[in-house]
Amino acid sequence: MISAPEGAIRQGLDTVATPSKAIDPIHQFIVEPLARIHLFGVDASFTNASLFMVVVLLAITFLMIIGTAQKSLVPGRLQSAAEMSYEFVANTVRSTAGQEGMKFFPLVFSLFMFVLFSNLIGIVPYTFTVTSQIVVTFALAALVILTVILYGTYKHGTHFLHLFVPSGVPMILMPFIVLIEVISFVSRPISLSVRLFANMLAGHITLKVFGAFVAMLLGGTGAAAILSPLPLAAIVALTGFEILVAFLQAYVFAILTCVYLNDALHPGH
Amino acid sequence: MATTDQAGHAAGTEVPGGAHAKGTFPPFDATSFAPQLIWLALIFGALYLLMSRLALPRVEGILEARRGRIAGDLDDASAMQDKARAAGAAYDKTLADAKAKAQAMAQQMRDQLAAESDTKRKTLESDLNVKLADAERTIGANKAQAMTHVVEIATEAAADIVRQITGKPVDAQAIARAMAATKTA
Repeated sequence: MISAPEGAIRQGLDTVATPSKAIDPIHQFIVEPLARIHLFGVDASFTNASLFMVVVLLAITFLMIIGTAQKSLVPGRLQSAAEMSYEFVANTVRSTAGQEGMKFFPLVFSLFMFVLFSNLIGIVPYTFTVTSQIVVTFALAALVILTVILYGTYKHGTHFLHLFVPSGVPMILMPFIVLIEVISFVSRPISLSVRLFANMLAGHITLKVFGAFVAMLLGGTGAAAILSPLPLAAIVALTGFEILVAFLQAYVFAILTCVYLNDALHPGH
Repeated sequence: MATTDQAGHAAGTEVPGGAHAKGTFPPFDATSFAPQLIWLALIFGALYLLMSRLALPRVEGILEARRGRIAGDLDDASAMQDKARAAGAAYDKTLADAKAKAQAMAQQMRDQLAAESDTKRKTLESDLNVKLADAERTIGANKAQAMTHVVEIATEAAADIVRQITGKPVDAQAIARAMAATKTA
């Protein structure tokens, strides 16, 4: 039924005769419909990805709305966390895009919280990582870039194109510079989305591979079983590392969003 | 959850193709794009609305209220401090005034007492002087009187002595001469 030695589970996994979904490091990324919905001929099924988007939404709502419901002057834990999130993102926006950037604060805040909670919830075993899907990260990145383009054009008109024409460049170099600027602008949504996607993907695959090592070593005989705690310890360390990455990638996403929005606010550097 | 799907994913990973229908790497499986995008749009839209309409204004309100409260409290505190400082200054001033007044009173009293005792002393002194002068005068008078008596007594004594020794009547003039001679000596 299964030809074992192929795929990403090559590294040592091929000793197992029948890799089940438990040790298939890719299985966790499969999007499975939980309720099949078709609207106007488009597949709009409620999938496990959708489910965890809802979970993320509920978690953020719980923190930011239930947590601040009391509006205490002296905050409790939850309200304190909500205020810290607010201040953290607000400071990021202010320091990167200036006071004018605060008009995009709700967007940056929503992006940051969505990515952060997706990343963090994804670390919990048996959950689905929303941000491990390139289509999700690319959609978010596209949202940012579209906002930049639309706002930049609306606010500055053709002056927005000065973004691609840096001042003080010799005319002879100008075509190349403009070309480079255009390429760098176009690559922004790609790098923004791929960075987050690849980080999440790689982290989760690594965790799963180490988990598979534990299972395989335990299933083995003699010395192999004794060695099984080693990858388990590695999983513990990697999980801690993944929490760091989850936070860091959310922060990187937010701060790059601010940097790009800053271009829309102040084109022509 | 179908076993065929499972098998397909277990076998084919980045390597595209294989004979399986869903043999692609799951994140690159285009059939999952539409539902994910639709739900992402719905949920992220909801998140954006909740955050921008409800959560963020509320947190901002909380932070603003706290900032206002802290600033107000600080203002109150500094006003209180000013008040306290003013009260302290007033107290110091009152204290200094009272001290100065007390000193002035004491000085006045001292001066008055000094003047009184001065006058008393002066009257006393002058009284005493008068009395002293009187006494001196009396003493002088008494002395002079006594001295006159002394001559008489001495003359009488001399006459008696001479009479006793010589047994003759006394020449009063000779005695008076002798008295005068001793007086001048």
